[in-house]
Amino acid sequence: MVTADAAARGRELAAGALAGDRVALARLLTAVENRTPVAETALRSLHAAAGRAHLVGITGAPGAGKSTLVAALIGEIRATGRTVAVVAVDPSSPITGGALLGDRVRMQSYSDDDGVFIRSMASRGHAGGLAASSVAAATVLDAAGFDLILLETVGTGQSEVEVAAAADTTVVLEAPEMGDEVQAIKAGLLEVADIVVVNKGDRPGAQRTAAELRAMLTVVAGPRRSGAAATFAGAAAGGGASAPAPPGAAAGTPDPGPERPHPKRPEVLVTTAVSGEGVPELLAAIGRHREGIGAAEGGTPVRRARAAALVWALLGDRVRRRLEHPDRAAATAAALDAVVRHELDPYAAADRLLEMLRAEG
Amino acid sequence: MTERPIKVLIAKPGLDGHDRGAKVLARGLRDEGFEVVYTGLRQTPEMVVTAALQEDVDVVGLSILSGAHMTLVPRICALLREKGLDDILVTAGGIIPDDDLPALREAGVAAVFGPGTTIAEVADFIRANVRSLA
Repeated sequence: MVTADAAARGRELAAGALAGDRVALARLLTAVENRTPVAETALRSLHAAAGRAHLVGITGAPGAGKSTLVAALIGEIRATGRTVAVVAVDPSSPITGGALLGDRVRMQSYSDDDGVFIRSMASRGHAGGLAASSVAAATVLDAAGFDLILLETVGTGQSEVEVAAAADTTVVLEAPEMGDEVQAIKAGLLEVADIVVVNKGDRPGAQRTAAELRAMLTVVAGPRRSGAAATFAGAAAGGGASAPAPPGAAAGTPDPGPERPHPKRPEVLVTTAVSGEGVPELLAAIGRHREGIGAAEGGTPVRRARAAALVWALLGDRVRRRLEHPDRAAATAAALDAVVRHELDPYAAADRLLEMLRAEG
Repeated sequence: MTERPIKVLIAKPGLDGHDRGAKVLARGLRDEGFEVVYTGLRQTPEMVVTAALQEDVDVVGLSILSGAHMTLVPRICALLREKGLDDILVTAGGIIPDDDLPALREAGVAAVFGPGTTIAEVADFIRANVRSLA
């Protein structure tokens, strides 16, 4: 339940955030992070104002250069006159719950610029690369009017792909010499990339790594045709191994025909984040991707999936909260105990509890 | 709502390049269950205050070894007040002569932790004096 006090505070913070009050924005983000009733009120009132920002996910292995690249992107975005907010996630200790949030170290140059807002978040035990409240935090920053929102994940491995569901455009960072062609054809992180960036482009092997990634990632079947010849044709289409993929292909042009989920064909770029080399090209590619998916008009499949995930999560949460309410806690506990004693199967228990809620109306 | 972690900014304003102490403290407070934002070397007072504001920290810990604390610390405290962030607990550490303590306290510093302070002492002080974590 949202008390009257919390609701008033939530409305006050939301109004402040919309009006450009940075202290109110920061305090609202804390409420969102702690998932308080204040945050619920604020998020309800801010939803209508959100949806305009371009959400860009930045992910990759620890030390690949995510924070440095984000810092370089901030400079490039500001040079175009647009505003930018960053949500940078670092891991929480599974033992003490503490966290060291060090992403700001690379993002120092913008302290007197009101068009930049950087917020660090601890993952607080949430797996997947983001914090549980990162998407809600992005919604708040979106409503506050930032043109771009960069979601920087914790250092990821091969399967923390959550950011792709949260962001309109997902950028996956690789460092040179991090693996051979077999790494590039494994399922997982690289598959969700809309853009693959080989950072540390000044290191030996960067161009070769990019070429290998291009060769493997752009070999994606076109519309499904029968016969071996079609297979060869598909391979040849992606065979311009060292040439940058054409913008149209990279932007995930919808492929007519295939009934199966279709792999993405990410553009592969090389950057040197510390010197800024390749960063304007990356920002241009990020913009092209957005145009390709039509995010500006809203209603992309990613945004539809994100809305569904938010609503399903809330539904689950609310059902659970009703079941844990003191009036029903005993009945809920009895059903759980019956499962423990193997007198009731978990499916039957779920049905029984849902039936109980339904009977109450 | 369960109690949230205390969020601390460990900052190194000024020009000295010795951040071992700040890093050890940042790491130690992490192990005490705090969420610690570390911002690196050579911060201006404005950078420290911007970080404190955007991160909505409960505590700002300033590490200064250069001798410039009488310039930097009062400036940071004044900027925090100017932004309406006077509920943030400010502490300092490093090489700070005893003679300067009254003036720093006057400026708004809640505690000065000199060489030999244990991390547990710092953590206990913060827990006892931080703003309420509603």
